[in-house]
Amino acid sequence: MVAASQKACIVGIGQTEFSKASGRSEQQLAMEAILAACQDAGINPADIDGMTSFDLDNTDEVDVMRSLGVKEIKYTTRLPQGGAASVATIVHAKNAVESGLCDVFVIWRAMNERSQYRFGQPHHSMSPDAHSSTFMEWCFPFGAQTPAAWEALSCGPYLHKYGITSEDLGRISVTFRKAAATNPAAWFYEKPITLEDHQNSRWIVEPTLRLLDCCQESDGGVALIITRADRAKDLKQIPVRILAAEYSMLFNHEIISDFYAGDLIRTENSEIVADRLEATAGIAPKDTDVAMIYDNFTPQILRQLEGFKYCGIGEAKDYVADGHLELDGKTPLSPNGGLMGEGYIHGMNNITEGVRQVRGTAANQIEDARTAMLASGVAGAIIGR
Amino acid sequence: MRPDPIQRLDTMFFWDACERGEFVAQKCEPCNKLWHPPRPMCPTCHSLEKSTQTLSGKATVLSWVRQVRPASYGFKESPIVILVELEEGLRMVSNLVGDQPPTIGDAVEVDFEKTVGGKAVPVFKKVGA
Repeated sequence: MVAASQKACIVGIGQTEFSKASGRSEQQLAMEAILAACQDAGINPADIDGMTSFDLDNTDEVDVMRSLGVKEIKYTTRLPQGGAASVATIVHAKNAVESGLCDVFVIWRAMNERSQYRFGQPHHSMSPDAHSSTFMEWCFPFGAQTPAAWEALSCGPYLHKYGITSEDLGRISVTFRKAAATNPAAWFYEKPITLEDHQNSRWIVEPTLRLLDCCQESDGGVALIITRADRAKDLKQIPVRILAAEYSMLFNHEIISDFYAGDLIRTENSEIVADRLEATAGIAPKDTDVAMIYDNFTPQILRQLEGFKYCGIGEAKDYVADGHLELDGKTPLSPNGGLMGEGYIHGMNNITEGVRQVRGTAANQIEDARTAMLASGVAGAIIGR
Repeated sequence: MRPDPIQRLDTMFFWDACERGEFVAQKCEPCNKLWHPPRPMCPTCHSLEKSTQTLSGKATVLSWVRQVRPASYGFKESPIVILVELEEGLRMVSNLVGDQPPTIGDAVEVDFEKTVGGKAVPVFKKVGA
């Protein structure tokens, strides 16, 4: 049992602007975001002593230390599984500070995924060992070469079984863009869409994903600072406590190309994470005030709503249609506009938005928000005042 | 033309068999279990002793997509990608021959197609087509 004074809190958040052409290096974006997070917290970057990002990030620890003047790090880790690792960084940060291994832990993510490389496009120079996983070997020579193609293929049985239409998916996209339209930090600020716009957008992957079912490719950087409650109370911001953070990866499952295990209907790892979060935090994901759910593609919202037990299996499309995800609904979804509306910094900008909501400082502030659920498929965290 | 398969030490047997027109899966010698994708060790008994088993080539379509934008790299036209469940219970990503999308649940059977460098991959066609 960790004493209250030793519990992990998010004390600083930082981000750059989200754009399509940052005009500077990914390393610089990382430094700007981390420095902003330190200044937000009132922490000297020299005091950082632990850090993490996750795979597909081109900035490493040496770069961060060299620019920010970090004297020594005692613990670092690089998580696998792309954006599914975004919330898993919270698990590592929590463990690193609550165990006493680190005092000031930074999480960062910086990408020029639009201007420098096209993150959503095929990379035909792929080496056999690229992506720290062997999954590409079994998709690439069959013309399934993009995240959108893998996602659509793995969601097919679920969408088919419950008769989910393109309009059902479109309503999710409309919800994100409605929120983004009133968030000045969002790339799609003041650019809401209608269901007709969604239906008229071109196919990216038949028969499932239209352009407006997909997140963006964005340039930008995001960072968070985590420390223990006893140190947090002397810093600049209201500490946002990490009430629970959990991770589950299951045998024979992959992340986006999750074809080989399970029934292709339920997302068992999310269900496990949801149960563990509730047991630790004393509150279920569905009873938190804000739902920050990883939105690479619209079907993921349906599957995670069911996986994290916001509703029953097969019920998510009705849950969306009933308006529960609206800003004034039962469980408001990503009031920043999500990755689709605000920017796609591989999930991390949804975490900073969760922190702002709990602090009470968000552009689209949910009234009396005290807790937020952070979800990225295999990982989940509940944060609160 | 279709890109060559990415080949690794642990998976070479699969692609080599395709070149010979044989459709096989990794079989664990001590416990007889079949695995796909292939892997260095049997996760059930931890044996490194592997052989192959010839598969029936009969499968059922679980899911299909066509990568429209960007078009599939290396192909003249983006193919229909299918996820199939093989008669032996394994799942595999492949293609459906032709440009007519399948219906989920369709019965398909294996065939082979050449790749740009003279290798081969398994593809499927509708039974009776």
